Amino acid sequence: MAYAQVAVAHDDHSSHDDHKPHGWRRWVYATNHKDIGTMYLVFAGIMFFLGGSLAMLIRLELFRPGLQFFDPLFFNSLTTMHALIMIFGAIMPAWTGLANWQIPLQVGAPDMALPRLNNFSFWILPFAFLLLLSTFFVPGGAPAGGWTMYPPLMLQGGASFPMTIFAIHLMGASSILGAMNVIVTILNLRAPGMTLLRMPLFVWSWLITAYLLIAVMPVLAGAVTMLLTDHFFGTTFFTAAGGGDPVMFQHIFWFFGHPEVYILILPAFGIISEIIPTFARKPIFGYEAMVYAIASIAFLSFIVWAHHMFTVGMPLAGELFFMLTTMLIAIPTGVKVFNWCATIWKGSLTFEPPMLFALAFVFLFTIGGFSGVMLAIVPADFQYQDTYFVVAHFHYVLVPGTIFGIMAGVYYWLPKWTGHMYDQTLGKWHFWLSAIFVNVLFFPQHFLGLAGMPRRIPDYAVQFTDWNMVSSIGGFGFGLSQLLFPYLIWKCIKHGVPIGNRAWEGAHGLEWELPSPPPFHSWETPPTEAVLARAAVH
Amino acid sequence: MMIRYAYSKLAAAAALLPLAAPVRADSGWGLLNMTPGVTDISRKIYALHMEVFWICVGIGVVVFGWMIWSLIAFRKSKGAVADTSLVHNTKIEILWTAIPVFILIAMAVPAARTLVDIEDTRNTELTIKVTGFQWGWNYDYLDDGVNYFSRLDRASDAARQLLSGIDPTTVPNYLLSVDHPLVVPAGVKVRLLITGADVIHSWWVPAFGLKKDAIPGFINELWFRVDPDKTGLYRGQCVELCGRDHGFMPIVVDVRSKADFSAWLKATAAEQKQAAANAPAATPAAG
Ligand SMILES: [Cu+2]
Ligand SMILES: [Cu+2]
Repeated sequence: MAYAQVAVAHDDHSSHDDHKPHGWRRWVYATNHKDIGTMYLVFAGIMFFLGGSLAMLIRLELFRPGLQFFDPLFFNSLTTMHALIMIFGAIMPAWTGLANWQIPLQVGAPDMALPRLNNFSFWILPFAFLLLLSTFFVPGGAPAGGWTMYPPLMLQGGASFPMTIFAIHLMGASSILGAMNVIVTILNLRAPGMTLLRMPLFVWSWLITAYLLIAVMPVLAGAVTMLLTDHFFGTTFFTAAGGGDPVMFQHIFWFFGHPEVYILILPAFGIISEIIPTFARKPIFGYEAMVYAIASIAFLSFIVWAHHMFTVGMPLAGELFFMLTTMLIAIPTGVKVFNWCATIWKGSLTFEPPMLFALAFVFLFTIGGFSGVMLAIVPADFQYQDTYFVVAHFHYVLVPGTIFGIMAGVYYWLPKWTGHMYDQTLGKWHFWLSAIFVNVLFFPQHFLGLAGMPRRIPDYAVQFTDWNMVSSIGGFGFGLSQLLFPYLIWKCIKHGVPIGNRAWEGAHGLEWELPSPPPFHSWETPPTEAVLARAAVH
Repeated sequence: MMIRYAYSKLAAAAALLPLAAPVRADSGWGLLNMTPGVTDISRKIYALHMEVFWICVGIGVVVFGWMIWSLIAFRKSKGAVADTSLVHNTKIEILWTAIPVFILIAMAVPAARTLVDIEDTRNTELTIKVTGFQWGWNYDYLDDGVNYFSRLDRASDAARQLLSGIDPTTVPNYLLSVDHPLVVPAGVKVRLLITGADVIHSWWVPAFGLKKDAIPGFINELWFRVDPDKTGLYRGQCVELCGRDHGFMPIVVDVRSKADFSAWLKATAAEQKQAAANAPAATPAAG
């Protein structure tokens, strides 16, 4: 049906514009990229608050030494589920939601290339997470072996073990289908004249991310399937007693896992590269270098995986190799940061909420980058590994990195999606509270790690009390501040001030050539060369 | 001293929150950094850590300084007009790709050197097999017939129970003390052969600078030589998630002078031999 609409779209746009299905059918049978994008984003939002609530419980137990609330096993379930929900339920669906909304608008396509697949890849997710979340209620409780699922510990899981693995299979299938859709849309549905090197950087970053997804999600599926057969069918892939090797799981897992961390961050690079030029009123500095930097980071992500496992006992040559390749990542990442700075240089800056989030991203992601370089230094990593220093590091790249990137994107495009400008003062409150509390939450964790506090423990030696309290206070503050976000969005939809095509003075890109909100079917007629030239991002 | 005082005031303020904890004498506010440790390797690692840290601080000052300067200088509200021609500059782009290469080399060379030292496992004088299990450690002095288990001490174990009612601050070295510490001589290159009995654990004493995973079916090597004058107790923990009581399997190393160590080893070997002779056949050496 959607194909037909796309095909006939050219002769009667206006009549199609209001041809939305109504009621529940609109969502269950959705094939429209905007509706599916909205569903992805709402789903991601729900998961963000769910995963966040688990984090609040973790910080509650860690507020002071001694066990006040949870059994240690349940605490392990909390950390495991927090990670799985945030990574696979909040961040990845949020990116797919943004891709769904923005990529067709930005490349001048009438919809995603494969609308029914799009529907399928979204609707897999609620079932995957229903399965995963229901493990809280099965005998033995939710998975408690960490999101990294290392055997043999993971093999000790109870009823939750196969459920977790099937849930991961489903999430992986959803991601792969979503990634295929993105690639086909970008490669085949660009408007005439929208050459690859004219594409906005968000589209570029997603194209590369989609290839990463297709390359590594099957690897994860393979790894967890081997766990499953080890547990139920007598194989011994990871059991030394049968000739297997538990460390092999870690190699396979991190061969997925390192590209995965770039899957989580690359689209944020893209978004930041769109927002900063808009509010600096100046094109991005070094557009092509930005594309090559993302591509290099993606390539390097395949040859650094063992930096997550320097303590497993690798030969010297292996340690040196993975140290050097990991350090190399600093070069393209540096190029990106320098180019963002150069874009700000001699700009004409204003500080609306998307820009505030984008600037905080550059500052705080860079701090996460610094601790990343420190972690690459193998001898020092022998000290850092599996301590709170690592927790601080990856939360700096994931929270003020990825999450701020997603929020920056939502604040940037929300007026386009809703046709309303939101309450910017409230947005700035949300920003400042988030930016301050995120540092109160995660910065002290560097100290805790360096002072010797291991990660994934429900209780700690008393000298770690002070900074844990600070971290917990930051956590509660950060968590509460996030409630402003759905309120702001609701208020924007209900009471926002209507705006024109271009929500932001300095915004460039095809999406800003469309009305706000864009019609249900947009770009039924591809943009003309004149429109493309006006929308050029560099 | 004044700063210390101010910090403890802060701690007291934090304690007024609903989940208040009593203010302790041994404040944790000053725990901000890694310690240099008590071995040659741990000091090298510490030096490396500080070198990389200061390089990062330097880069941070330059990059963040540049950014903050721009944010202040180029505000639209202050009449800044964008220079839209500034989109590309090959020279400067090559420069900021190349300079980091040299900085990275400056970090990689000492790191590689230290790594080579760490991996030099030759000429060790004492070998102890360390087995991690759920949830404790077994230490086996392979050449001397001494073998015992090391678990969380009773005081900590009582206090760490859910809602135990025991204030952890009243327990000496809460969660960081064991019933039987690993005893090693100072000034001797001690080699640990590390493995796991059930799942993966990881053996770490921060003051020695190193950690190594204890993997079932595999044997990992780790060595350390504590400075001859640094006898005493050193504490660490398991650092690889290993199940329910992962947070409760500490490591304590009792570093003694060579003479004290030999005496201890001899006495313990005799004791264990005696115990084995007295006990009915299948009883393990220690429980
Ligand atoms: Cu990695
Ligand atoms: Cu453990």
